Amino acid sequence: MSTAVTVPGRKYWAGGKSPFDVNYGKLMMWYFLMSDAFTFGAFLISYGTIRFSSTSWPDPNHVFDAFPVLGSGLPLVFVSLMTFILIFSSVTMVLAVQAGHRMERKKVMFYMFLTILGGLAFLGCQAWEWTHLRGEGAWWGMIPTEGHAGEKFRNVDGSVPGTNFTNYFFTITGFHGFHVFSGVVINIIMLIMTWKGVFHRRGHYEMIEKAGLYWHFVDLVWVFVFTCFYLL
Amino acid sequence: MQHTSDAAAHAHPDTSKIIWRTFWILLCITVVEIALAFLHIETGFPGKMLLNGIFVILTFAKAFLIVAEFMHLRHELKNMVMTIAVPMMIFIWFIIAFLWDGSSYKNLRDTHNGQLKRMPAPTEQHSAGQSGEHH
Repeated sequence: MSTAVTVPGRKYWAGGKSPFDVNYGKLMMWYFLMSDAFTFGAFLISYGTIRFSSTSWPDPNHVFDAFPVLGSGLPLVFVSLMTFILIFSSVTMVLAVQAGHRMERKKVMFYMFLTILGGLAFLGCQAWEWTHLRGEGAWWGMIPTEGHAGEKFRNVDGSVPGTNFTNYFFTITGFHGFHVFSGVVINIIMLIMTWKGVFHRRGHYEMIEKAGLYWHFVDLVWVFVFTCFYLL
Repeated sequence: MQHTSDAAAHAHPDTSKIIWRTFWILLCITVVEIALAFLHIETGFPGKMLLNGIFVILTFAKAFLIVAEFMHLRHELKNMVMTIAVPMMIFIWFIIAFLWDGSSYKNLRDTHNGQLKRMPAPTEQHSAGQSGEHH
């Protein structure tokens, strides 16, 4: 713990106690997230490679055009809502971290609660979207080819699509959704620990910062998933 | 004990202003992306390649903002930033090499299919082609 010594106005380590000016746990969280970035990167690049090698591919604006209650014919609207929810929950997470810096236990709890709500809302949206697509006949190894759903999943050049599209979609959004789920569980544990006053007695709220780094990473990955599956 | 002074040093009074500004910028970029996508659906105006290029640039802008401000990396010591940023550079090779490979596979596939069409075909296909011409 003696490593965290602030040296103001210094850019590079010139020996001494504190090479990175962060504590061990936070640094290791960064390195874990780096390894996780390579996992997601490998998934997304694999998806890109297959898509580049395919003669044609379904049009996301036709596939993802449904919204609860309002029906179909609304491309991008539902996924925009999901993006908004996740960005907003990132903001409440930062506000929780800042409240932790000021040792305001009640405010940390309030903002952690909002962050958890955002995470649950996102998971709810994803569950609805998966259920909807499953109902249309899209799943791992399955892609609708007949009827109205078949029209929607048709390749851009009019040919019948293979199952690469659905396999990659469910694998990558599923892996991301699993990260969101773990993030919500971690945030709930952090909320309980804050409520019990563990961090207050410890004298710092650094655990909230570590959970926050994980949560922002989930948001970061979603930015790429959003672009790769819904925009491009 | 160390942490309290450490945390106090990091807590600048105007950081929440930066956070909200970052939030609004992220939101604006997303709205612009969606607006461009709709513009393309309605008018076909930004051509697909140009549009995709814009999307990729805006995506990296958003990623930078999240990492730099929300994850606070911009305000860490440069040594630490570099231990994370330098290994990430492998993605430059990773993306170029694999997408190149994918598109070269597509070229092979297209050329192969094209050659199949141009090949002296078995009799029944040949006659089918002939009837097509007379059609």
